[in-house]
Amino acid sequence: MGIVKHTITNRPSTDALVVGFVAVVGGALLLDLLARFAAIEIPLLWGITFGGQTTLASFASLLWSGIVVGLIFGLAGIGLSMTYSILNFANFSHGDLLTTGAFTGWGAALLVAGWGLADVGYLLTVRAGSGPGPTEIGASIVSAPLAVAIGALVAASLTVAVALAIDRTVYKPMRDRGGIALLIASIGVALILRYVIQFIYGSRNRGITSTEGVRRDVLGVSVNLHDLTLVIIAVSLMVAMHLLLQRTKLGKAMRAMADNKDLALVTGIPTERVVQATWVLGAGLAGISGYLYVLERGTAEFNIGWFLLLFIFAAVILGGIGSIYGAIAGGLVIGLVHEVSLIWIPSDFNAAAAFAIMILVLLYRPEGIFAGVSTA
Amino acid sequence: MSEPDISAEETDGRAAATDEANVEPESAGAPADTPLRVANLRKTFGGIVAVDDASFAVEAGSLTGLIGPNGAGKSTTFNCITGAHKPDSGRVEFQGERITGLRPDQIANRGLVRTFQIARSLEEMTVLENLMLAPKGQIGETLWRSVVPGARGKVVAQEEELRERVWETLEFFEIDHLAGQTAGSLSGGQRKLLEMARAMMTEPDMLLLDEPLAGVNPTLEHKLLARIHDLQDEGYTFLLVEHDMDVIMQHCERVIVMHQGSVLAEGEPSVIRNDERVIEAYLGEDV
Amino acid sequence: MTGESGSGPESGGDPPGDGSIRAVFADMFGRIERSDVLIVATAMVAVYTLFMIFVLLRLGITTGTPNAIASAWRELTFLFAAYAMLALALNLHWGYTGLFNIGVAGFMAVGVYTMALLSTSPDAVSGQGLGLPLPIGVIGGMIAAALVGLVAAVPALRVRADYFAIVTLGLSEIIRLSLNSRTLSDWTRDRFGFATGGGSGIDLPARPTDALFDTAAGEALIDLFVVRIGGEEVTLVAASVIRRFTWALVMLGIMIGFYWLLRRIGYSPFGRVLKSIREDELVAQSLGKDTRIFKIKVFMLGCALMGLGGILWQGSQGFVSPDSFRPIVTFYVFVAVIIGGSGSNTGSVVGALFFVSLLFLAPRRIGGIVDARLDLIDAPGTFAGAADPLVSVFNAEPMLAYTIDNISALQFILLGIVLILIVQNRPDGIMGHRTETAAAVDLNRPNRGEEDE
Ligand SMILES: Nc1ncnc2c1ncn2[C@@H]1O[C@H](COP(=O)(O)OP(=O)(O)OP(=O)(O)O)[C@@H](O)[C@H]1O
Ligand SMILES: [Mg+2]
Repeated sequence: MGIVKHTITNRPSTDALVVGFVAVVGGALLLDLLARFAAIEIPLLWGITFGGQTTLASFASLLWSGIVVGLIFGLAGIGLSMTYSILNFANFSHGDLLTTGAFTGWGAALLVAGWGLADVGYLLTVRAGSGPGPTEIGASIVSAPLAVAIGALVAASLTVAVALAIDRTVYKPMRDRGGIALLIASIGVALILRYVIQFIYGSRNRGITSTEGVRRDVLGVSVNLHDLTLVIIAVSLMVAMHLLLQRTKLGKAMRAMADNKDLALVTGIPTERVVQATWVLGAGLAGISGYLYVLERGTAEFNIGWFLLLFIFAAVILGGIGSIYGAIAGGLVIGLVHEVSLIWIPSDFNAAAAFAIMILVLLYRPEGIFAGVSTA
Repeated sequence: MSEPDISAEETDGRAAATDEANVEPESAGAPADTPLRVANLRKTFGGIVAVDDASFAVEAGSLTGLIGPNGAGKSTTFNCITGAHKPDSGRVEFQGERITGLRPDQIANRGLVRTFQIARSLEEMTVLENLMLAPKGQIGETLWRSVVPGARGKVVAQEEELRERVWETLEFFEIDHLAGQTAGSLSGGQRKLLEMARAMMTEPDMLLLDEPLAGVNPTLEHKLLARIHDLQDEGYTFLLVEHDMDVIMQHCERVIVMHQGSVLAEGEPSVIRNDERVIEAYLGEDV
Repeated sequence: MTGESGSGPESGGDPPGDGSIRAVFADMFGRIERSDVLIVATAMVAVYTLFMIFVLLRLGITTGTPNAIASAWRELTFLFAAYAMLALALNLHWGYTGLFNIGVAGFMAVGVYTMALLSTSPDAVSGQGLGLPLPIGVIGGMIAAALVGLVAAVPALRVRADYFAIVTLGLSEIIRLSLNSRTLSDWTRDRFGFATGGGSGIDLPARPTDALFDTAAGEALIDLFVVRIGGEEVTLVAASVIRRFTWALVMLGIMIGFYWLLRRIGYSPFGRVLKSIREDELVAQSLGKDTRIFKIKVFMLGCALMGLGGILWQGSQGFVSPDSFRPIVTFYVFVAVIIGGSGSNTGSVVGALFFVSLLFLAPRRIGGIVDARLDLIDAPGTFAGAADPLVSVFNAEPMLAYTIDNISALQFILLGIVLILIVQNRPDGIMGHRTETAAAVDLNRPNRGEEDE
């Protein structure tokens, strides 16, 4: 595989092609969007038209939801990117770590918010079975901010605990094995996690948060406070990650290992500790992302994380595997594509569009679209 | 893997255009005498210049030695010649045709075959399979012939012929007792033999051997060298990387010395032995 | 060692082509080791007996028992054949050539849906096809799967194995999402006169074997299983089970065809090149093999087989929806290949058998037995309801009942555990360690017997 590495590094000509293609498509879409704002519509072929009707407000709202989901993809992507580069495998159970965080975290949050309203089991299992509804329990940033905060902490810490336990039992005995063996093992882990969650929490898609009074006017703009919470937490965690990687010894060791594992071994970085730190950070962020994702959409079922996995992969690949800034930027791009593309394509296809972009990047620019801009 | 790297073609094209003037006149006259010609070859890895403007030619029917200290760029030169790496610039000619930028399989099919310094055996395949793989022009390598019952007769006949040759080769290289074993279970020296045997099975015109004798026992080493001389008489050409100076001095007609990516000296062993620069490059080593 | 590659029935002996029946057989099947047939046969006998015992444990001996056994065997045969076909196709990609394709479900979907769009009746209740004859649909499905494979392969075959995995998984999801799209379905219906039916799925042509039962022979077959016990007519095996069993047997036959094909490829110079690509592509190239062509051919062939496998399986049940092509199906096929040992065709078949019987069907069967025999209390609806008595009064019965009620979740957990254990401890699976020598002839030294052991 040695020559693969080599061929990846110098291919300016495909780059030019890709840039050209992106520029042409992007330009056409931008023109179309402007036409839509101006409510110009010119019929082309097969009922497809140039331009159409899109209000600025609906565009802004798509942009906003794109940023919101994009931050989730990005936040979760940081962990996936770190495990990919430091542990050298594509972790197919990463999505289910999000689910782990979502359910454990919201179990705790509901317990705090709904204490006394229903029995402990019902609340801890995130409303499995019958009992008071989400509005009654009132788990929202407005009525129970403390519960939401505690939930986030529980989500992070329990997901970390689960990830460390898995690393010990599954991945540690396989450290010297190739990426494909680990990838297959991670599929096994994904199945176990997902269906343990289903076993404990049930398979029903259930409402969790209360949305009463969550939509508020902030500075004259109507804002969903849950979205806002998500954005604030996600951005602060990203900044914290940046500081950790750039300023601390641990962060430097992790970056070194992401760059070159053998070299890091030689220079005496305690790799086993770096591996654990990777799981702690990666899983912690994954748990919180899952938790925040539920905060934003209000409902959860046992396979939400699995459904997110490909989007997270897309974000990481787009940004370049191993770069946390890339993961964040990639997440935002995928989030925006996912939402803003709705202007042009039916909602049946926006997920497919995100995956298609991921595939194209993997094929034609596997080092990510931001490669060469910065590394972390 | 074998992606058509257009950019390399382009740079090659440009390099070729500038080289044309100084290479063509010589080569045009005597491609038959010098099947392999390398001109201004350059290859960098990030900041490291592995091969730096190397030029040399190998005479037909010769056993030419390619020597140089560790890291001199010998293996990288091999990689550039055989298409495993794309050179940054420069030109490689084989039997009068430009082969720069071709895929490894295209180059091998023109009769220029190489072995690897660190033996690359197909580990989970048996020694027999390794050797059966190598020959060119196997009709059974087309999908339909391997499947359709009627077409299989010819395939079987050819396989039987090849089997004959494979066993001869195995016996010659003294690895016939390992025939049924997987290549992965072989020792380092045995793998070297396997690689050479495999390369021979392709019936090449010219062989590039990257330290084929490392780890091979002395008796067999002599046998191999004798065999190489036999093949030379049959018209084969060899380019041999080897660190054992005795072997180089005794067996090679010509020696090319590389140092820090460039060709430092080129000539007959006796001349090379006394070359000041070569002695300096090897500094203290017994040349 | 040498003995291993030469344990064939005619090792070291008569060259094929002398016209004897054995030589003809040898030409058709290559050198099937006797042990292979034995392994598969033993495993099948064991598994089928096990499933009979499952039924007996659940029902005891009643007049309904034969039908229940037949029905259990039918399900087993059907799924075994289906997974074995897909495992063999995947083994061609992954085991032989090292192409880590985790988009199996997507290629199946292309095959099934193309078949449906070509051959489903234009006035089906859900979805809409062109109503062409079934063989056209089936061949069309295989071609379409191969073409999608081609489109994927040309750019994708040069990327790393793990990237290739993600690309194929992404592609398979794109295919599923497209089939799920109502918009696309409506659009093609208005424009071209066929439609996938989107999320509500598409009706499919009837199984070709069903027509058999409209004939006298078919009716006679059904009557064969109706006996008189004490003056009463008892149907031992229901007609519907017989119909479906017949189809399962046809699939089993086609599966043997797959095995034959892939074995032939494996034991040929072509297969030898595939193996070398898996081991070290640069070596193959350095020996003059244009590996791109080999990879593209093999990828297309494998995809066509996945398409056909999908058609015979998901396409034979009267109706299909995009939900049948979730990535989990791919993982199932992978588990089958891994259990059997990637690289071994016989292993793929055995792996499929064990996966289907022990991992896929057995947990539910066992759950059914426990349910029927232990006379448990009604299962609590939630985990909390089951855990509470366990913790407070040490009553495990509600938890047991809950577990049985949720056996399908446990089954996935078991699957995950098995997958991890195999990858950790037996990465070669059951049969992957064996050398299935890639050559069209026995490579042992001719004319000299085997004195060189
Ligand atoms: N794939 C690669 N990536 C980065 N650097 C490389 C690569 N291959 C070779 N080099 C560098 O190129 C230089 C020349 O290496 P090369 O292997 O060609 O030397 P050599 O003459 O064959 O040495 P030796 O006698 O030890 O085999 C070395 O500095 C080596 O580190
Ligand atoms: Mg070298």
